[in-house]
Amino acid sequence: MSAPLNYLTSHGARADMILPLTRGVLIISIIVILIVCGLLAAAIFRRRPVEAPGADPRGLLFRPRGGLTFVYVGVGISTLVLVATTIRTMKTLADVVSPPREAKLTIEVTGHQWWWEARYFSEKPAEIFTTANEIHIPAGEPVRFKLIGGDVIHSFWVPALAGKTDTIPGQTNITWLQAERPGVYRGQCTEYCGKQHANMAFFVVADEPARFEEWRQKQIAPAAPSADVAQGLSAFQTRCGACHTVRGTPAGGKVGPDLTHVMSRGTIAAGTLPNTPGHLTGWIANPQGVKPGNHMPQIDMSGADLNAIRTFLQTLG
Amino acid sequence: MARHTQLTQTPAIVTANAELAERLHKVWETEPGIKGFLGTVDHKEIGIRYIVTSFIFLLIGGVEALILRVQLAQPDLHVLSPEQYNQLFTMHGVSMIFLYAMPVLTGFSNYLWPLLLGARDTALPRVNALSYWLYLFSGLFIYASFFMGHAPNDGWFNYVPYANRQYNPGPNIDFYSLGMIFLGISTTVSSANFVVTAMRTRAAGMSINRIPILVWGTLTSSVANLIVIPAVSLAFFLLYLDRNYGTKFFQPQSGGQPLLWQHLFWIFAHPWVYAIVLPAMGMVSDGLPIFCRRPLVGYTLVALSTMATMAIGFGVWTHHMFATGMSDLALSFFSGVSIIIAVPSAVAVFAWIATIWTGRPVFTAAFHFFAGMIALFVIGGVSGFMTGSVPVDWQLTDTYFVVAHLHYVLIGINVFPVVGAIYMWFPKVTGKFLDERLGKLNFWLMFVGFNLAFFPMHISGLLGMPRRIYTYPHDVGWSAWNLITSIGAFLFAIGVLLLFHNIAVSLRRGKHAGANPWDGGTLEWAIPSPPPPYNFVVLPTVASRHPLWEDRLDDAPGRSRLDTGLALDKGRQMLGTSVVDAEPAVILQMPFDSYAPFTLAVGTTIIFVGMLYRSWPGMAAGAIITGIALLLWLWPGRLREGSPEAANEPPFAEPDHV
Amino acid sequence: MSDVALHRSDEIRAPALPVGSIGNQASGYFGVWWVIITEASLFIYLIFGYAYCAMQFPGKWPPSGPPELTLALPDTLILILSSVAVALGEHAIKQGKRARLTLGLVVGFVLGIVFVAIQLKEWASRGTTLASNLYYSFYFTTTGFHMAHVVVGILILGALTIWSALGKFDSVRNSPVSIGALYWHFVDAVWIVLFTTYYIVPRLK
Repeated sequence: MSAPLNYLTSHGARADMILPLTRGVLIISIIVILIVCGLLAAAIFRRRPVEAPGADPRGLLFRPRGGLTFVYVGVGISTLVLVATTIRTMKTLADVVSPPREAKLTIEVTGHQWWWEARYFSEKPAEIFTTANEIHIPAGEPVRFKLIGGDVIHSFWVPALAGKTDTIPGQTNITWLQAERPGVYRGQCTEYCGKQHANMAFFVVADEPARFEEWRQKQIAPAAPSADVAQGLSAFQTRCGACHTVRGTPAGGKVGPDLTHVMSRGTIAAGTLPNTPGHLTGWIANPQGVKPGNHMPQIDMSGADLNAIRTFLQTLG
Repeated sequence: MARHTQLTQTPAIVTANAELAERLHKVWETEPGIKGFLGTVDHKEIGIRYIVTSFIFLLIGGVEALILRVQLAQPDLHVLSPEQYNQLFTMHGVSMIFLYAMPVLTGFSNYLWPLLLGARDTALPRVNALSYWLYLFSGLFIYASFFMGHAPNDGWFNYVPYANRQYNPGPNIDFYSLGMIFLGISTTVSSANFVVTAMRTRAAGMSINRIPILVWGTLTSSVANLIVIPAVSLAFFLLYLDRNYGTKFFQPQSGGQPLLWQHLFWIFAHPWVYAIVLPAMGMVSDGLPIFCRRPLVGYTLVALSTMATMAIGFGVWTHHMFATGMSDLALSFFSGVSIIIAVPSAVAVFAWIATIWTGRPVFTAAFHFFAGMIALFVIGGVSGFMTGSVPVDWQLTDTYFVVAHLHYVLIGINVFPVVGAIYMWFPKVTGKFLDERLGKLNFWLMFVGFNLAFFPMHISGLLGMPRRIYTYPHDVGWSAWNLITSIGAFLFAIGVLLLFHNIAVSLRRGKHAGANPWDGGTLEWAIPSPPPPYNFVVLPTVASRHPLWEDRLDDAPGRSRLDTGLALDKGRQMLGTSVVDAEPAVILQMPFDSYAPFTLAVGTTIIFVGMLYRSWPGMAAGAIITGIALLLWLWPGRLREGSPEAANEPPFAEPDHV
Repeated sequence: MSDVALHRSDEIRAPALPVGSIGNQASGYFGVWWVIITEASLFIYLIFGYAYCAMQFPGKWPPSGPPELTLALPDTLILILSSVAVALGEHAIKQGKRARLTLGLVVGFVLGIVFVAIQLKEWASRGTTLASNLYYSFYFTTTGFHMAHVVVGILILGALTIWSALGKFDSVRNSPVSIGALYWHFVDAVWIVLFTTYYIVPRLK
C-alpha cells in the first residue's frame, strides 16, 4: 500500500540530507532496544546457583559484588553513542540551513484554517500571482519558501522533500525545498489548528522546468470567461465573490482561495476531494457536510444557480 | 537563647507497648462522622483519597481514549464530529497528564512518605488536606465544562492564537485556563509540603544517604513543580486576561507573541513530564530490591541521576518547538541537551538490570510490572532520543511517532510502576494480599495490549500520520496499523479492568498479610498492616538504608532501633530533624482535624467560578471566605504549649484553631 | 509486644529538645521559603515575557517612552521604609519587647497602605488600561500582580498587629512574625526588581 507521507524515503535534496540521520538513529534505537531488552531477559531468566541448604527461612538476602560494572559499562557506551549522535546532528543541521545553490524562485505560503495560499513572487509586479493548495515548483531547482500564519499556527510539511516548518502569525519563517524529479508530493498541516486540521492537505507538484514555466504563464493570465457562462459568472459574483477572487472578473474576495485557475488543480477543499464535476457540485452545495466546521458557508441557492456556478468554474482552466 | 531552656522537653525513651499505643491511637485517630470526613489531616486518608480520585479520572480518560480509538479504527469514520473529537482528545490528555499522572503519585507519596521516613504525618498536614480538596474541586471544575458541552478543545498544550477568543469564542478555553491555575495551586502547596517534610521530618539518623529513592523522586519533582508551575499558571492567566479583559499578550496583530505561550507552556510542561515519572521510577528502585533479595545497585548514582535528570530537564523545553523557526545556535544547543539528558536515564536502567542480574528474582505480580516497565522505558527512551536530534525531529514531530513515544513514557514509566506499586503496597494499606495469579494475568493483558496498541503507532507515525486528526483518508496507508492499535487499546483496557476486579475481590476475601509480607527492608514494613493512625508507637532511629535487613546484610547490625525510641505522646507530637544528618532538632506539635482547609478550598472554588463568569461579587465572596479561613487557620494558639508566660499550663494542649 | 508493660528506659536519654513552632525551627518558616521561591519564579517568568515581547516589538519600546518617576520613586522609598519598620519590630520581639513589635508592625502596615494609595494614583494618572496596548498589558498585569502581593502582605501585617496587641508573641514564640516579615521583605525586593525593569532600564538607552 502506498504511503505518500512516509518519511523513510526521500525525493529531494533537503530530505536527502536528513534521511541518513533518521535511518541512523532509528537503527541505533532498534539495536539499543534489542541489547537492553536482551540483557533484561537474561538478568531475569539466567540460571542461578542452587541455594545453600539451611538458608534463612525468612528468605535469602545478600549483597553480591559487581553490579556497578553494568552501570559503568552501560552508561559509558551509551554516552559515547549519544555524543556521536549529537555531533552528527550538528553537522546535518549546518548542512540543511541553506540550499546547495541560490534559490531563484520564492513562494510565500500562508496557512489558513483550513487551506493553503501560495503567492509566487516575481521582480515584475504583473507576474505576481496567487493560487491555493497545489504548489508547482520546477524540478531539480531549490525553491525558497516564506511561511506566514494567516490566522492560527499551522505547520508546512512535505515529508518526501523536507521536514516541518511552522507558519506562525506575526512572524515569517524561511525554508527551502528541492525536488529531484518531477512528481506529485503530498503535504499536510501538522500543527493542530482546529476542527478541520485533518483535512488540510496540499500538493507540491514538481514539473520539468519548461513545463513549470508554461504553468506559470498560464497562472499569471487572468480568467477570460466567455459570454455563454455569463449567468454563472453573475451568480458566482453575488454568491461567492465576497470571499473568492477570480482575476479578470469583478469577484475579488480575499477570504477564501483564489479560484482564477481552479480547474488546473487536482483536488478541492485542501486535498479533501478529487476535482471532478460531481465533487465540485457537492462541495459548493454542501461544504459543511463535506468538511464540517470549515469557514465556507452553506449558501441556499437554486439548482439552476448551482449548475450555472459549476459550469462557470469549469471554464477556469 | 537562654530562655529556650524553659521551652524544652526531654522526651522519654520507651519500649513500644500496648498502653502507649492505645493512648496514641486516641490522640491521632481521625474523628468519626462529618468532622472527620471534611477535617481529616491524616496523610494515609488523604493519600487514599488522592489515589482513588486519580483512578476515577484515569478511568474517564481511558473511556475517552477508547471512543477516540473507535473513531480512528478505520478511515473516514463518522462516529464523532470533528469538534467532539477535539474535545475528547483534549480531555483525554488533560485527564491523564494533570488529573491522573501527578495526583496518583502524590497519593502514593502522601500515603508512603511518613511510613518510609519513620514519621507520624507529613510536616504540614493541613496544607496536605488543602491540596487534596483543591485537586478534587479543580478536577470537577474542569470536568464541569465537559458536562456543559464546552470542554477544552485545543489540546493539553492549548496553543494560541487558536485558543484566543477570536478563534475559540466559547467558554471552553476559559474553563481550561482557570482550571489549570486552580490545579496549579493544589500541586504547589502539595509540593511545598513534600519538600518541607523531606527536610524536616525524617527519622532520627536517616541522613540524606539513607533516604528511599521514592522520596528522592518525589522530592525532586516537588522542587521542580515549585519552580515551573508559575510559568504555566502565568501563561493561562495571561490568556484568561486576553480572552476576557482585552489584553494583548498573545495577539499577533498588536505585537503579542504566539511563541511566548509556547515558551511559558513548555518551560513548565517538559519538567512536568519528568515530575510525573521520577517518583514512579523511585517505586521501581525501591521495589526491585525487595523482589530481587538484594539492595539496589548504585543507590548513590541512582539518587544523583534523579536530580540530574531534573536539572538538565529545565534546559530542554524548546525541543517541543524545533519547527517554529528558531535560530540555528539555539537549535544546536537544545538538541545537544535533549540528547544528553538520556545519560541519567541510562544510569537508572542499568542499575535496575544489574539489581535483577545479581539478585534472585521472586516472580511476584509486582515484579512483573517493575521488570516490564524497564522494557517499556527503554523503548520510550530511545524514541525520545530520536526526537532530540533536530533534523530528525523536523520529520518526526507532530506525527504518531511522538504519540507512541509519549505513551511509552507515560504509561510505561507511570502506569506500570503504579500498578506494580499497588500490588506491592496493597497488603500494607489493607492488610490483605491482592490475588497473585490474577495479578500476573493482569500484567500480561496490560503488557501485550499496551504494545499491540502503541507499538504500531511508531509505524503509522513513520508513514506520516499526523497527530490530532479526527479522521484520515483510505489511500495513505495507515488503515491497517490503526485497526491494530484500536484492538490493542481495548485489550489494554480489559487488563486495567482486571486490576479493578482484583482489588474488589481481594478487599473482600484477600489472603491475610502480616506486617511484612514481602520481607522488605524499609520502615513501612516494620509497622502493622494496615498501619495504625499514629504509624509508629515509638519513633524509630535509623542506622542504615534497610533497617529491617541490616542484621542479615551486616550493614549496621542492631544499630537501628525500631522498638525502643521516643514516645512523644503529649498531644500530636512528632520529631523534627536536621536537614542533612537528621539529628533530632525539635519536637513538632502537629495539628488536629480542621475544617479550615476544606473551607479555604471552597472559597477558592468560588473565586474561580466568579472569574469564569467575570463576576466581581463572586470573586469577592470567594476571597472573603478564603481570607477568613486562612486567618482562623493561622491564628496563633500555641502559647499554651509551654512558653514562659504560660509555664503552668500543660505542654500538650490542643492548638486552638478551627 | 502487647504484653510489654510501660517501660521507661533509664540507660538511654534523648537530648532536651525545644517543643513546637519556635523561630526558625517552625515548619511554616521552611514552608514560606518555598512559597517565596515559587512566587519569585512567577515574577521571573513575567519579566521574561516582558523582555521577550519588548525585544521583538516592531517600533519604539515602551511605545510612549519610559514611565515617569515622580510618583514611583517616592513610592519605592516608602515600601523600603515599611520593610525596615517591620524588620525593627521583628528584632525587638526577639528581645521580648512586645510594644516595639506592635509599633513596627503598625508602621509597616500604614506605609503599605500609603504605597497602595500612591500606586493607585499613578495607575489612574496614566489614562490607559491594560487593554490599551501590549506595553500596558504588561505594565498593569505586572504591577497588578505585585499590588496583589502587597495587599496580601498588608493583610498579614494587619493580622500580626492584632495578634501582637493581643499578646500572642513573646521572645520565643514569634515564628509567625518571622514568617510574615520574610514575606513582606520579599514583596519589597520584588518591587525593587520591577521598578528597575520598568522605570530604570528603559532610561538607560
